[in-house]
Amino acid sequence: MSDQTTDNAVSVKNIYKNYGEIEALRDLSLDFPNGQLTSLLGPSGCGKTTLLKIIAGLLPATQGEVFVNGSLVTKPGPDRAFVFQDFALMPWASVLRNVAFGLELRGVNKNEREDIAAKYIKDVGLVGFENSFPHELSGGMRQRVGLARALSVDSPVLLMDEPFSAVDEQTRRKFQEDLLNLVKNENKTFIFVTHSIEEAVYVSDQIAILLPRPSRVSEIIKPKGFRNKDVDSIRKDREYLDTVESIWKSLRTYVE
Amino acid sequence: MYLFGYKLPGMSSLILWGLLWEFLGQIEVSFFLPPLSAIFNTLLEIYNSKAFVRALYETGYSFLAGIFFAVFIGIPTGILMGKNRFLDELLLPWVNVFMSAPLTALVPVLMVLFGFGLKSIIITTTLFAIWIIILNSRAGVMQINRSLVDMANSFGASPIDAFIKIYFWAALPEILGGVRIGFIRAVKGVIIAQLLISIVGFGALFELYSSRFLMTHFWAVILVLFALAFTLSELLGMLARRVDYYASKRSQ
Ligand SMILES: Nc1ncnc2c1ncn2[C@@H]1O[C@H](COP(=O)(O)OP(=O)(O)OP(=O)(O)O)[C@@H](O)[C@H]1O
Ligand SMILES: [Mg+2]
Repeated sequence: MSDQTTDNAVSVKNIYKNYGEIEALRDLSLDFPNGQLTSLLGPSGCGKTTLLKIIAGLLPATQGEVFVNGSLVTKPGPDRAFVFQDFALMPWASVLRNVAFGLELRGVNKNEREDIAAKYIKDVGLVGFENSFPHELSGGMRQRVGLARALSVDSPVLLMDEPFSAVDEQTRRKFQEDLLNLVKNENKTFIFVTHSIEEAVYVSDQIAILLPRPSRVSEIIKPKGFRNKDVDSIRKDREYLDTVESIWKSLRTYVE
Repeated sequence: MYLFGYKLPGMSSLILWGLLWEFLGQIEVSFFLPPLSAIFNTLLEIYNSKAFVRALYETGYSFLAGIFFAVFIGIPTGILMGKNRFLDELLLPWVNVFMSAPLTALVPVLMVLFGFGLKSIIITTTLFAIWIIILNSRAGVMQINRSLVDMANSFGASPIDAFIKIYFWAALPEILGGVRIGFIRAVKGVIIAQLLISIVGFGALFELYSSRFLMTHFWAVILVLFALAFTLSELLGMLARRVDYYASKRSQ
């Protein structure tokens, strides 16, 4: 597989996935360029979570292959970290232990992993909440814990399944800005699932539009012009607005 | 309970029933019902007698041993059943059968198999307690949030890690609920086994007292057993309320 070491951090090749009778993905292929954020956008139930879990190695594909930095995915690995839609925090554990849990499972000793966790708790703005429990935090704060946990294992690929869908609109906008900074500053590849056209256009280097079941990529959109503008002016940008509009046009036929 | 508009402390109705008992005892309605005061006097006489202390010790010992096996076999079995479809289908019918079976009928068989000693009592106690512990642990695991399991797997958790660090804790409220009911059933188990085997512990005392018609002694032992069982289940109830608090916070 020597020819796999390209600019793509993740390559999905001809993936099929059936759940019994249900055909969720059919012959889906997609490349995820290194260091960029790619959104998976599509109607509910089209198989976005399924694709993400196959990339994560949590779910076997019925047919087809996934490569992460050139090597074939067969199970979860330290080169990928997952951020969950419902946060997936352990309610019986403190914020500090939750954030450090990925490292704990990888056998990092307690002092070291708590130092690393503390750094990422600071990065996501949760200093002072190290000893709080998930139920004491707001939805937005919980997702920061989930994000800090994924960041602290320092995987080159971050898989995010609708990470902002369970937080309120203001928090969501703040998160989107933070995500842009994260993509800029961390040299990581982000795979980001969302329902929201605006969100996808706002945060993505590349948007893959999936069609309803059995799903495959119908279109790939790469917004260019506004990517380097500052966060406030993107939403007023002409290209931003046009892109949102054109994606809506191509998706609206499926929403009836 | 309220009397003339005043709130009486909890269980003060017991005093009323106690007085009634004393009265019925004093007017000698029946030979089998001695006055409560006489029973307490007897209790004071026998509570540090050798036979009584020994019975208490044997009961406590078999109870704890029985509970120990029920908990340390029951919880892992239940968790494994909740995790593993094959194991579940293999064991669930048996668990359900034993759960509803009249286990008392098994005691004579156990006596034949394991002798007339503490061993049979311990096994009976375990058999009374274990099934509900298995079922509850299983239910606890089955309601576990899928994404917690995915989370642990995505970070490369080994099966042992997932078992100890996720499944056990996620199912803890249900497990403790099962252990609580298991305790109460174990109290029944340990008493019933002793009564049937009747040469050890309180069973021997009952046998002795009732065959000699020592009614105050007989009642004294019954009062002790009731008080023990009641106290134990109240303590467990307090524990369970704390766990329920934790469980209600868990879903978030
Ligand atoms: N474990 C499963 N068993 C059977 N069918 C499943 C299973 N998981 C998903 N599906 C089906 O596969 C399809 C894709 O599901 P998936 O969760 O990947 O969609 P999604 O795009 O993430 O949807 P949403 O936007 O609502 O999260 C759906 O139609 C769903 O019903
Ligand atoms: Mg989904």
